[in-house]
Amino acid sequence: MIAWSIRRLVQACFVVLAMTVIVFVGVHVIGNPVDILISPEADQAERARIISNLGLDQPLWRQYGYFLYDALHGDLGRSFVFNEPALKLIAQRMPATLELAVTAVLFAMFLGVPLGLYAGLKPDGFLGRAIMAGSILGFSLPSFWVGLMLIMVFAVQLGWLPSTGRGQTETLFGVPWSFLTVDGLRHMLMPAVNLALFNISLVLRLTRAGVRETLPMDFVKFARAKGLSPARVIFVHVLKNIMIPVVTVLGLELGSTIAFIAFAVVTESVFAWPGMGKLIIDSINVLDRPVIVAYLMMIVLLFVAINLVVDILYMLLDPRVRLERKS
Amino acid sequence: MAMFGARVIWGTKMRPSFRMLSFVICLTLGRAHGQTLGIASSAPVTSIDPHYHTFAPNDSFGAHVYERLVTRNAAGDMIPALAVSWKVRDDRTWEFTLRDVKFHDGTPFTAEDVAYTLNRVPRVKNSPASFSIYTKAVTGTEIVDPHTILLHTAGPYPLLPNDLGNIFIIPHTLGPDPATEDFNSGKNAIGTGPYRFVSYNPGDRIEMERSDDYWGPKPYWKHVSYRIISNDASRTAALLAGDVGIIEFVPPTDLPALRKDSRVTLSEVVSNRSIYLWLDHAHDGPSPLVTGPNGEVLARNPLKDLRVRQALSLAINRQAIVDRVMENAAIPTGQYLRPGSYSYVPDLPPTPYQPDRAKALLAEAGFPKGLRVTINGPNDRYVNDAKIIQAVAQMWQRIGVRTTVEAMPWNTYVARAGKLEFSIFLLGWGVGSGEGLNPLRAQLATWNPARGLGTANRGRYSNPAVDALIDQAMGTMDDGAREKIIQKAMKLAMDDVPVIELHLQKNIWATRKGLEYEPRVDEATLAMGVRESK
Repeated sequence: MIAWSIRRLVQACFVVLAMTVIVFVGVHVIGNPVDILISPEADQAERARIISNLGLDQPLWRQYGYFLYDALHGDLGRSFVFNEPALKLIAQRMPATLELAVTAVLFAMFLGVPLGLYAGLKPDGFLGRAIMAGSILGFSLPSFWVGLMLIMVFAVQLGWLPSTGRGQTETLFGVPWSFLTVDGLRHMLMPAVNLALFNISLVLRLTRAGVRETLPMDFVKFARAKGLSPARVIFVHVLKNIMIPVVTVLGLELGSTIAFIAFAVVTESVFAWPGMGKLIIDSINVLDRPVIVAYLMMIVLLFVAINLVVDILYMLLDPRVRLERKS
Repeated sequence: MAMFGARVIWGTKMRPSFRMLSFVICLTLGRAHGQTLGIASSAPVTSIDPHYHTFAPNDSFGAHVYERLVTRNAAGDMIPALAVSWKVRDDRTWEFTLRDVKFHDGTPFTAEDVAYTLNRVPRVKNSPASFSIYTKAVTGTEIVDPHTILLHTAGPYPLLPNDLGNIFIIPHTLGPDPATEDFNSGKNAIGTGPYRFVSYNPGDRIEMERSDDYWGPKPYWKHVSYRIISNDASRTAALLAGDVGIIEFVPPTDLPALRKDSRVTLSEVVSNRSIYLWLDHAHDGPSPLVTGPNGEVLARNPLKDLRVRQALSLAINRQAIVDRVMENAAIPTGQYLRPGSYSYVPDLPPTPYQPDRAKALLAEAGFPKGLRVTINGPNDRYVNDAKIIQAVAQMWQRIGVRTTVEAMPWNTYVARAGKLEFSIFLLGWGVGSGEGLNPLRAQLATWNPARGLGTANRGRYSNPAVDALIDQAMGTMDDGAREKIIQKAMKLAMDDVPVIELHLQKNIWATRKGLEYEPRVDEATLAMGVRESK
């Protein structure tokens, strides 16, 4: 078991290594960050000086060697654009993305489950059908459009919420959070809803399907026959049984909302939310290699860790897997 | 947690009760009206260090906190700032007389700070785009007295005040080699400007507060919240929602609607940023992306023929591009500078639209059946960049030039353009110095790394007569005489069609109704220029 875990860790290291090589080669093929960052008025000598200052005149394998050496000493390099350590930049932006993602998942849970429950209990009612129709929109509308519509309605037309930005923050454990202030919450509401829309639809449909499946089951009939109140039947017996897949999906969605910039970046850009998604896209646009590498390394490590934990749990839970490994 | 009162952002829509509350709080705090101005900037400020990165958003922010010796007014003319006056002592010496003012931390500004700043600029660590291009002409400094400094140059250098108009002065009390990080944290963010630095939240906003002992006109706004909203649509929405008082770089697609919107006032001015097509002068043999009418490789590069270049230029209906593609956020041009600038050439109008003459010229040049070409361009750099080259391609089809359009992201594009892989490609050039020697030296002078000339000459245009005039102008210290030489050089060069000039962009700001902005030629968005309209 321990030997197996170590083997997985070694494999993970190779994945990270492979990823860094891909980023180095990829950025190298696309272009030179100095061409993008340099003042257009700079002359040829100045360009050469900057390239050599940033170490970009070295052959690629040597640049990579330096990077590996520094990385082993805990230094992932400094951003070409901001002249700050790449890890510090990512850490600065992480709270904003984290709180947005967590809020979005909370929305999905506290809106998706009740709505799905209702739609499952009253599948033929007008409201039940409307909820299901709405969930199709939640799946299919592009999130940049929804984001802009939210801003147009709630910020521009009605003036209830601020249109963009992060608002006031309050420091907790040395990290600025905006969910601790009213102003911050007001700023967070629309981006969180926008980010949650897809997840709400997903959870809603899962819950509805679960309810429809569970209701005709014997234990529900028995509970009813025993004379339990309808509320107790639904909220204790039915809900408990359908929550397992819902919780699994919510956990996965939390991970992918944080890790996959695809969702978050659109929302962060439309709402000018200073999170990691915007940082990575901006960094790719100007080929800010240290930030790209550090960010992707973090994501790879996150995923490797999740997979590792899942595999270990699997082995602990399922004796068959253990037996397979032994044979 | 003072949400509703002390941080009233101008124009914020509040429900009546809150408005009343804020009014009361403002009265108790002794303020006459909402005093925070929200500015929405289109691109992130990458550093608070004024010498780290030559990048327009950084300069635009920097002008609030720091000041230069010489600066520019809204129209782009040089005016005194920290220097009261400057004069040429001899061909190699400039004398600057300095203003008696104080830095935000109370230390007096003296000649020592100027010398310190000029020394620091080239030494900033890891700078990806150093300001040393503007200080390298200075070979030595000599402090005469606390308010007089002599700057020496290797030879006659008439552009020194223009160059120093890019350098923000910081106090020498920051010690040797102050770190960029200490500027970002606010520790070193000390200038003499109208606003004090308060806080910087990367990618989100910078907060500033009026400096009450500022020497110049007292700025109208007490607090400035300089926010970064890079998404065009969101920036417009933030203005309409009243979260900010002013936005910059209004997207042309929103212009028709905003011009009619009663909640908004637009202010616009023609800039010194022209958009043009570079032509390949580098290849004598076949040009990479130009072939004969049937795709056959040509022995010679047709773009080397003046008649072909003229034909391509005459075939473009610039007014149509300005009207349809740019939504009137530009004017047609035939040169780099805006009308009215120093060294603008009056007898160099935009090339007229004459497709018939274009066809005749092509035939005369030996291509009666036209050519096949590819236009390359970025799709994320200039306003409507990809649409412009599509429009040009359609116009060229009409004179028999079969044109393919290839647009790509700037990061790939700039690398390929640098390797001379394109034949005809779109670029823009903003003339920071506001005078003609800048484009002449960077763009039209022969590519010469040893002398630092033709640095942005991506088409490798070369004309010895133009080069000679550039040298002559560089040695002429008298402004009037130099202007004549620059105009002569520019006329000579542009008649040779080294590039096909298309249009000059307009800089457009939108403010909430009741506010007005003095539009600036240099694209900077300054809180100092935003006022309540009368």
